[in-house]
Amino acid sequence: MPRQSRTGRLTRKDKPQPGRHTPQRVWPLAGRLADVPVLSVDELIADKDVHIIVCCGSGGVGKTTISAALALRAAERGRKVVVLTIDPARRLAQSLGLTELDNTPRTVVGVDTGRNGSLDAMMLDMKRTFDEVVESHATAAKAEQILSNPFYQALSSSFAGTQEYMAMEKLGQLHAEALAGGRWDLIVVDTPPSRSALDFLDAPERLSSFLDGRLIKLLLAPAKGPARLLSAGMSAVTTTLSKVLGGQTLRDVQTFVAAFDTLFGGFRARAEKTYRVLRAPKTAFLVVSTPESDALREAAFFVERLAAERMPLAGLVLNRVTERSIPGLTSRAAAAAAERLDDKERLTAALLRLHCNRLSRREQERGLRRRFTAAHPRVPTTTINAFAGDVSDLESLRRVGESLAA
Amino acid sequence: MSHPGRLSVGAWAAALMKSMATLDAMSPPSDPSGVRLHIVTGKGGTGKTTVAAALALALASGGKRVLLCEVEDRQGIASIFDVAPLPYAERRIAVGPDGGEVFALAIDTEAALLEYLDMFYRLGKAGKALDRFGVIDFATTVAPGLGDVLLTGKVFEATRRSEAGRPTYDAVILDAPPTGRIGRFLNVNTEVAGIAKVGLIRNQADSIMGLLKSGRTRIHLVTSLEEMPVQETLDSIIELEGIGLPIGVILVNLATESELAFDDLHAAVRDELDETRIEATLKEAGVEADPPVVAGLLELARQHGERVMLEREQQTRLEAVGVPVVALPRVQDGIDVGALYELANQLCASEEF
Repeated sequence: MPRQSRTGRLTRKDKPQPGRHTPQRVWPLAGRLADVPVLSVDELIADKDVHIIVCCGSGGVGKTTISAALALRAAERGRKVVVLTIDPARRLAQSLGLTELDNTPRTVVGVDTGRNGSLDAMMLDMKRTFDEVVESHATAAKAEQILSNPFYQALSSSFAGTQEYMAMEKLGQLHAEALAGGRWDLIVVDTPPSRSALDFLDAPERLSSFLDGRLIKLLLAPAKGPARLLSAGMSAVTTTLSKVLGGQTLRDVQTFVAAFDTLFGGFRARAEKTYRVLRAPKTAFLVVSTPESDALREAAFFVERLAAERMPLAGLVLNRVTERSIPGLTSRAAAAAAERLDDKERLTAALLRLHCNRLSRREQERGLRRRFTAAHPRVPTTTINAFAGDVSDLESLRRVGESLAA
Repeated sequence: MSHPGRLSVGAWAAALMKSMATLDAMSPPSDPSGVRLHIVTGKGGTGKTTVAAALALALASGGKRVLLCEVEDRQGIASIFDVAPLPYAERRIAVGPDGGEVFALAIDTEAALLEYLDMFYRLGKAGKALDRFGVIDFATTVAPGLGDVLLTGKVFEATRRSEAGRPTYDAVILDAPPTGRIGRFLNVNTEVAGIAKVGLIRNQADSIMGLLKSGRTRIHLVTSLEEMPVQETLDSIIELEGIGLPIGVILVNLATESELAFDDLHAAVRDELDETRIEATLKEAGVEADPPVVAGLLELARQHGERVMLEREQQTRLEAVGVPVVALPRVQDGIDVGALYELANQLCASEEF
């Protein structure tokens, strides 16, 4: 049964597949693309109750471009928008007026504000965000101590994973600012290019398990009391850690944890708050993908993960879809004609072959989409056709926006 | 400090140095065939995993034994070879041309940590104590960066492992994180060395960086011929060279082969193709050449021409870097195991590997 096994490959083999057990399922599934509900992007951005739109998807699918195009369209249709991008391509950043990485939202110039909308954009500076949290939540002396700690410096600037915590932190800050000042009524977030683009959802839980765990007590022990109060198990662990990390490193880590102790709680509280905001109906998640097997497999994973977390999924944006070129000319007829012309008329033969290639690519994409649809029949979808050139200015972002809404 | 059955720090470091020395003697860094560790990175969506898999097959040709590793918990290798999800164990997943063998390993941070504590530090029992204290959980999920230390560490271990006086694997191929994270990922051990002045982890970090910066390692960058992936490739090369890591080749994937002759390509972009002639020849070949068909074909030609020109521009940018550029053809009708062998043949033919 080749068809079933192929469909099964859409989802991660080692993960639960919640989409497969929905009760209203009609069997057998045709996976007909015509039956897929349409995602109306204009309705989504017109809905004043939607305050946050999160774009997620695997790397290279055009997430940053989609986020920017969506934000621009919302702004030109009257929303007061801030778009938080993580590491955009240089030219796109320039098109949004982001020449500096200074961690503050800047007004994008050239946006049509005729309907009283506005567009601000910012790039996440991971280290700056972390430093600001420390500076604003610790006393000056303590902040100084933390900022100069070698372990902190490595943690805040170089390590993978910190970006997820900081993206959550920044989103929380922007949301609080939006609620308080009314400067924005819509936040569009482009998720970090991490191992899994949903890693940031795990940030609160990870912090909690750490804070409630015994390790932190162990690390805090020297700061809080003499070593002899430690249990035998604890001192064995300390000895081990000291051996592996080196005594000085362990002391650096301990000094950092001790100085950071009071800040951890706030971190957790804010991360949990942001997590709750993400779960509320005021948030909409968009999964971005291209019609390729790897990207769609990741998209299926995101759809399932969001459902498992009860996060509000608005739909799927399918980017760079191959469009139909010439109605009526079948692949078979074109191929046969190309063969007949091969020796005599190379140009016309080549054009016909281009048409065949286009059709076979389109068929392949549609096959992959049908498999996705078979597993996730109720995910509203919008498609964007492949552009020949690069998207690098407001005008091309506008075109992407139009295509998104079409 | 030294316990029976346990290596002291000094003895452990000495053992490590010795194995490094053996590695040096086996493969003089100047010889390209002395490269033992191939790290494959690239922007997401450029086919990094596909190329890493094809490279593994290519390097296994002629009866070699190679190990293909992934570190991102995506089971990309299993998916591409159409096998069950990979466990944390080295498993044979394919045979190379001429009887070589490709083993695969999905590196999992937690399993790697426990294995490490046991293997290097002989901390089987203490490892369990660490686990009870949440250290394992902390190291693998909470603490940013520590995971990368473990992942690079495992790759290091597999690369320098030997059995009966010869290396277990002739080559190790790493399907590495994408260009956006690669510098941070590979340089994590320098960061560790910056924090830890002494101790086992410091020695370990130094050894790993030693291998990564040596002539036995090459970092290959996969890109498509589009503006953003090419820009990321160029940025990454500067970043990696800045760290002192050796660049191998740029692998151009998904390139569009021009269907049109050079003159026709330029004419197509300028909308100057001979419409009447195309119409006439279509009729001659039995195609109903009504205006929409001709217009549609001309539009296809224009798009194709633009695409090919854009790609040539990007190709020129890549060639200006001074790193060897190897082109892989776009595989029609999707990637399957058969297509991997085709790509592997192309890689062998390039004489860069």
